[in-house]
Amino acid sequence: MTVNTKNLLRVGALAVVASLALAGCSPASSDNTNSDNSSANALTVWVDAERVEALKPAAAAYTEKTGVEVDLVSKDNATLKDDFIQQVPTGKGPDITMGAHDWLGELVTNGVVSPIELGDKADDFLPVAITASTYDGQVYELPYAVENLALLRNADLVPEAASSYEDMIAKGTAAGVTYPFLVEQGVDGNPYHLYPFETSFGAPVFGTNASGGYDATKLEIGNASGEAFASWLASQGKNGTGVFNTEITGDIAKTAFTSGDAAFWLTGPWNVGAALEAGINLAVDPIAAPSTGTAAPFAGVKGFFISEQSANKVAANDFLVNYMATEDVQTALFESGQVLPALKASVEAASSDPVVAGFAAVGAQAVPMPAIPAMGQVWQFWGIAQAAVINGEDPTVTWQKLAADVQGAIG
Amino acid sequence: MRTDDTDASTTKPSKRHQRAAMIAEAASGGLKTILIKITLLGIVDAIALYGLFILFLQQQWIIFGLVAAVTLVVNWIYFTPGKLPAKYLTPGVIFLVVFQIFVVGYTAYIGFTNYSTGHNSDKAQAISALMSSAQERVPDSPTYAVTVLDQFGTLSFLVTDPNGEVSLGSADSPLSPVNNATIDGGEGVGLTGYTTLSFQDILSRTTEITALAVPFSDDPNDGALRTNDGSSAYLYLSSLVYDEQADTMTDAKTGTVFTDTGDGAFVSATGEEMLPGWRINVGFDNFARAFTEEGIRTPLISVTLWTITFAALSVATTFFLGLFLAIVFNDMRMRGRKFYRVAMILPYAFPAFLSALVWAGMLSESFGFVNQVLLGGAEIPWLTNAWLAKISVLVVNLWLGFPYMFLVCTGALQSIPAELEEAATVDGAKPWAVFRLIKLPLLLVSVAPLLIASFAFNFNNFNLIYMLTGGGPRDGAADVNVGATDILISMVYKVAFTGQARDYGLASAFSIIIFILVAVISVVAFRKTKALEELNR
Repeated sequence: MTVNTKNLLRVGALAVVASLALAGCSPASSDNTNSDNSSANALTVWVDAERVEALKPAAAAYTEKTGVEVDLVSKDNATLKDDFIQQVPTGKGPDITMGAHDWLGELVTNGVVSPIELGDKADDFLPVAITASTYDGQVYELPYAVENLALLRNADLVPEAASSYEDMIAKGTAAGVTYPFLVEQGVDGNPYHLYPFETSFGAPVFGTNASGGYDATKLEIGNASGEAFASWLASQGKNGTGVFNTEITGDIAKTAFTSGDAAFWLTGPWNVGAALEAGINLAVDPIAAPSTGTAAPFAGVKGFFISEQSANKVAANDFLVNYMATEDVQTALFESGQVLPALKASVEAASSDPVVAGFAAVGAQAVPMPAIPAMGQVWQFWGIAQAAVINGEDPTVTWQKLAADVQGAIG
Repeated sequence: MRTDDTDASTTKPSKRHQRAAMIAEAASGGLKTILIKITLLGIVDAIALYGLFILFLQQQWIIFGLVAAVTLVVNWIYFTPGKLPAKYLTPGVIFLVVFQIFVVGYTAYIGFTNYSTGHNSDKAQAISALMSSAQERVPDSPTYAVTVLDQFGTLSFLVTDPNGEVSLGSADSPLSPVNNATIDGGEGVGLTGYTTLSFQDILSRTTEITALAVPFSDDPNDGALRTNDGSSAYLYLSSLVYDEQADTMTDAKTGTVFTDTGDGAFVSATGEEMLPGWRINVGFDNFARAFTEEGIRTPLISVTLWTITFAALSVATTFFLGLFLAIVFNDMRMRGRKFYRVAMILPYAFPAFLSALVWAGMLSESFGFVNQVLLGGAEIPWLTNAWLAKISVLVVNLWLGFPYMFLVCTGALQSIPAELEEAATVDGAKPWAVFRLIKLPLLLVSVAPLLIASFAFNFNNFNLIYMLTGGGPRDGAADVNVGATDILISMVYKVAFTGQARDYGLASAFSIIIFILVAVISVVAFRKTKALEELNR
């Protein structure tokens, strides 16, 4: 009989797992009653786990104003996009999800997002935010934050901003630290962090079409300027000055800068906290250009998307367009989340902080990261080619192969 | 229990007998056991009921039926006396069905579909997504303030244009000016004979309102007014026209006709595909692609070869190191054996993925412990050179895997009777001969199945590859995203979960191929093991 008891225990455990697994086949199901029309007055919003706290007051205030419940569901940012794409067709997805504009290509191709009409409010946003949120002529994202790289400077080591790339290296070297300048790379390169230098040489990835969107048929990565960038990159790599090193990962760069071993660091706002916490006297400068053009980084625009299958589109549109797009809310989001707002008026309010002002100044020149599906093919080859150039491969040959590979993959 | 019944005169167990059997069974366990049994089954049933309740609310009838049936069967099995085999097997069988058969079945099903980026949902949803994206706002058209009105269940828009002029329209009647509207703050908010919808009313009739398109004039080319938030409307023209009868999409600007050709998307005459498409069954297409498409076949072959090499070498190296150490530590003359044994098992005690990450850091070219400290600053590309990376993967897997083999071999060695060795020695066999002819064959009988299991495990050792090299280094010369150390399962991961073009269908087809490969290798290997057993008889 003891055997039976053991079995019972097993059955118990099994039944727990099984019924949870079965009942839980639709995650967030119990609180997602909005998919049927019985309670239309609730919005389910998927939020990056790090932003839930920042959104709570705004959600509560909206509920108070309109009576529409806003149910914030905390999601892991790493799986949010895939979950959204998989859940929307089942009807169990949220009404709104937080996300980044470079998901747009995938979201639109999968038919899971619905266009948002901003009307005249579009002019209240930073132009880069609106351009980024537009896909194929339609706005799909309500922007709330813009993220871009900028040059962090340890002001104790180098008191003045650098005027050019050479000047930066000279100043950094004069400071006598291990790394005059740090930029995050990896075994497979890191094109995102090298893009400002590439734009300085005048080599964007894609040309633009009439409406200002990126055009996959106009691949410009392999033009003469691109090759000029590649030769410059080689001169800063293993066989040159050695400033760029594929062994320097994000963690290594962070440790070096926060412990005062580096003068300059090209990174984003997400690392500002760590630098300030380490007691670095921080200054945020425009990115030092190695060539004649401005070093324009990619802008990543965070925002909200409305599910194509939402049964609450009116409430969802009202929440985003008539509430989240207001100055008070965007400023409040900035204050609780320390991300650069996408609304012009809130940017001004936030710019009293010199760090934010520094990032905003660089952001004014930033270009949206392409969201078109062809960009996926670019990422696939881009970093590998850059890493090869840094590690001493022939720059011209590598770059021509990159252009050919990308062209071949896009078809 | 009834087999114990020795009363030959009774062929059929009577009620009295059954009761007696129950009492006997109960007596063997006691009241406490029954109480525990009832409590546990009670808990199981309570949880099942809770699950059923939720499923009922969500109207998930199929799963509801399954859970109900399984609960009933489980109760029946554990409350009826006897049925000992069922009592043993039920939990395992349920686990097997939920976690193995269902998963394999579902993967196989996906392998036969075109589920991928752009083929994510069904046709109705794809059409609705296409149509909603096709609503293009007429350039330079103003924002109209709108109030939603209801008359006998028919919805109308009361529209105020930027000049303050108020007009009324519904789905069937184009906008026409009205002059008797109630005006509040320069906007028309009500009309005699119509009910103005409050925000709450608008929310509860969301679907109707977002679907409502009020023609701007009699000419359909002027576009239609739509609202998304119930308070402001914009003038839209659709860039696509869907013909339900012919099942075609027509581009309103170019006139190109896209038809459903059965490929899971609307396709134009020139072969241009309109995305999003929808999921369809594609038969063996994914399998055919895996073997015929040049860009997939070439890496698939090289990756398969490396996977088999990797799994075989991993098993061989870990087994022989483990066996060697087991023999050494099995020698009674060795001092401090217990201490060494504990130390040997340490790598086994850390989570494998953590060890892999630590090793990835230690093998880093310019910052790693191995190059910096052990080799005095040498710059050896352990993880970035294709061949060195393969060796590194094998070495790290050896470090991770030998303790298991060591444990297994120690146990197996100790179960070999010492007399055999003594007898052989007396007969004049040398130690190597004793090992090769007596110990090893005996050892293999008990260890061979574990070696096969280990092979199957390493065949799909995703953690190690993903954490240590990420499949890299990638060959810059190859035109696909596959690296030198990618094994099949990490390649499947890349196909399904990285980049912007996910292909779940193809990845599932790969998984099925892997399943078949592992199954075939295991079956063949088990056959061989059986031969080994017979040899020993």
